[in-house]
Amino acid sequence: MHTRREVMKRSAAVASMLAAAGMLPQLAQAQAAGYSAAAFEAKTVADVIKALGAAAPAESPDISVNGPDIAENGAVVPLGAAVTAAGVKRVLLMIEKNPYTLAAMFEPGDSVEPSISTRVKMGQSSQVYAVAVMNDGRVLYAHKEIKVTLGGCGG
Amino acid sequence: MADPMRIRAQSKDGKTVVRVLMAHEMETGQRKDSAGKVIPAWFIQTVDFKLNGASVMKAQWGPAVAKNPFVQFTIKGGKPGDKVSITWVDNHGDTRTDEATVS
Repeated sequence: MHTRREVMKRSAAVASMLAAAGMLPQLAQAQAAGYSAAAFEAKTVADVIKALGAAAPAESPDISVNGPDIAENGAVVPLGAAVTAAGVKRVLLMIEKNPYTLAAMFEPGDSVEPSISTRVKMGQSSQVYAVAVMNDGRVLYAHKEIKVTLGGCGG
Repeated sequence: MADPMRIRAQSKDGKTVVRVLMAHEMETGQRKDSAGKVIPAWFIQTVDFKLNGASVMKAQWGPAVAKNPFVQFTIKGGKPGDKVSITWVDNHGDTRTDEATVS
């Protein structure tokens, strides 16, 4: 016979297993208007691009990703993207080995230079990608490896 | 209600550099508390950047953006006295708008 306590424990364990396996849609709570939840739940660079309905990305010298080579603290990693080509629709920052690949998406209007920097969290050393979706449908990317000494996720 | 954002907007040579520091926990939903329970995700999802009331840039964020998010970008144009206003919405539906004057 199971006590109530055991049952509670077991269901909690199952729930956390599901969560670990990515079965529970953790991000699918209240969504802000216009939020591309599918893209933010994607787990690979290719899936993010697909979720946004963009074309296959091509490596390009017109975009650069700015960040440190070694980040001591994964909880705060300065990361930026700069696009020199005109006609940028979206700028994406992606971190390959994070639980969810897409970190941030910016949609700069015509009056903003497509050169944006922010700070992100990184769980472990990983390739980071800066991707630009252009108005004419081209998708450009650049990548760089950032080594993380102390992870910013989990704990 | 969340703490105010710190916004600095400086105009130089016809361009305006905007730096924003938002006060937000940006909890990922990956971490566990001392009892082993997952701390639910709580993060900013959308941000709208405006110059004199007109949107110049929008952003969508996942939980991987660092705690107390920082953003720097450059607006072509803008002059001292213009108003930069920034609004964020998080996944709890909370929102906050702050405004700063270009210097």
